[in-house]
Amino acid sequence: MSLKKHDFRENGDKIDYILTIADNSLILGQRMGELTGHGPTLEVDIACTNIALDLFGQVRSYFQYAAQLAEKSCTEDDLAFLRTEREYKNVLLVEQPNTNFAYVIAKQFLFDHYHYLFLNELQNSTDATLSAIAKKSIKEVSYHKRFSSDWVLRLGDGTSVSKEKIQKAINDLWPFTQELFEPNEAEEKAVELGYGVDISKLQEEYKQAIEKVLKEATIVIPDLEFYQRGGKKGIHSEHMGFLLSDMQYMQRTYPGMKW
Amino acid sequence: MSEKEIKNLEAIFEAKIARDEKIEPKDWMPEKYRKTHIRQMSQHAHSEIVGMLPEGNWITRAPSLRRKVALLAKVQDEAGHGLYLYSATETLGISREELYEQLHSGKAKYSSIFNYPTITWADIGAIGWLVDGAAIINQVPLCSTSFGPYARAMVRVCKEESFHQRQGYEIMLTLANGTPEQKEMAQDALNRWWWPSLMMFGPTDDMSTHTEQSMKWKLKRKTNDELRQQFIDQTVPQANILGLSIPDSDLKWNEERGHYDFGPINWDEFWQVVKGHGPCNKERLQTRVDAWEEGEWVRDAAMAYAEKKAERKVKQAG
Repeated sequence: MSLKKHDFRENGDKIDYILTIADNSLILGQRMGELTGHGPTLEVDIACTNIALDLFGQVRSYFQYAAQLAEKSCTEDDLAFLRTEREYKNVLLVEQPNTNFAYVIAKQFLFDHYHYLFLNELQNSTDATLSAIAKKSIKEVSYHKRFSSDWVLRLGDGTSVSKEKIQKAINDLWPFTQELFEPNEAEEKAVELGYGVDISKLQEEYKQAIEKVLKEATIVIPDLEFYQRGGKKGIHSEHMGFLLSDMQYMQRTYPGMKW
Repeated sequence: MSEKEIKNLEAIFEAKIARDEKIEPKDWMPEKYRKTHIRQMSQHAHSEIVGMLPEGNWITRAPSLRRKVALLAKVQDEAGHGLYLYSATETLGISREELYEQLHSGKAKYSSIFNYPTITWADIGAIGWLVDGAAIINQVPLCSTSFGPYARAMVRVCKEESFHQRQGYEIMLTLANGTPEQKEMAQDALNRWWWPSLMMFGPTDDMSTHTEQSMKWKLKRKTNDELRQQFIDQTVPQANILGLSIPDSDLKWNEERGHYDFGPINWDEFWQVVKGHGPCNKERLQTRVDAWEEGEWVRDAAMAYAEKKAERKVKQAG
């Protein structure tokens, strides 16, 4: 089964918009879930699992709403597990692998600050459901942001080893930050129609927020000329296929069953 | 301390236990009591932590969002259990690092059941239903054990475990009522997990070394065999509801005893796994060691940062 835009007919644009938002939480949650049982301390393990749980909770709210809008009957699980790789709209940043704990934190940090600013605006959406989801989620995300920022500080201003690792992770993930603020078609439409967030306007505040933490963490802020983009248009990195193979394994192997 | 004083303290200690009063960390206790509790409680904590791995194995592949969230929450609960059991053990004067070291070096044991692989989704159901079910039977009596921190930790652990068990049973029920393929998956999981679950109650009473002392300290209230029987009696009707068959041709209700009779347990397999040669012993331990070693630089960073922060505070105040 593959879900195409025409399956959704008139609500297609809104559904695309919801997927653009929700896929970030889905894929980041999936990555975070990989860490469960393998964290550097038990306390951190528990906290990271919490973040994954929050993200999947958000995903469920978004997907249930999208499924409700779809004309062709579909479920939250169809949306989560039965699309092809090109149909996932998440940014490249969130699909990057957990190379080590510094990457886990850097990825989370770079996304959380965006996520927070985004939800802050989405609360004002003209769509009541999206606004309600944003209001609930922003409380969770403000905790995520605090958690990842605190760890950026600890790793940046910790030992020489940790500093080197977090600096490298920030450097490597930095090229994926620009995409956060470049709207895809669904996002442009959503702004036009009033229920979406104009993400291009969030960049300045984002820059200030993360630079403040990075400076305090004594991390050098990368100065790049070139950035990576594509996820929002469904053009993903090579990591994505493997992530999906795992995530979709059951649904693909045993089609049409209830679990 | 004179011999007489020690005798006196021992008498007070034993009278307390006899009156069903709790022993608290600051109370005097015999060295053997302390050691036995460190051994049992840490073994319990290690089991929670290692137990995260076979189930964690399915987090990325859970078949629905609802199941994924439930599984994440469950594995997180286990981490939580580990955390408060370690903390309770630390009140006996041993550090978390020492406890980990005992696990990583192979000196400390953890429940052997986690040395079996989770190879299908149904295993997640079977673990919840059978393994958590057996754990509850083992653990409920510990809610009134003599050592206060352990007893209190167990009250909370047991509540969450019984929730996990229902969740596991519900996974099995969904599979059993699903397609023939799903039902087969459920039966296969029951076939593989049944006997190892029976082994969770430990060797038969005549082979068990710790029972007598443990009974006295209320670390145990029933013997291994009694608990095993209780588990079987409770679980067989549940399997019947699922329409699954228990892989034991000798299993039969004994009217006279008022219990199920069951076939012989393969104790050679039990000892093989206990001695470190089960299907996943090496993997499980290595995974824990890797997580600990790969986390070292992270823990060092957190420590260094905390020290720097404290120093800065002192300077500012000065």
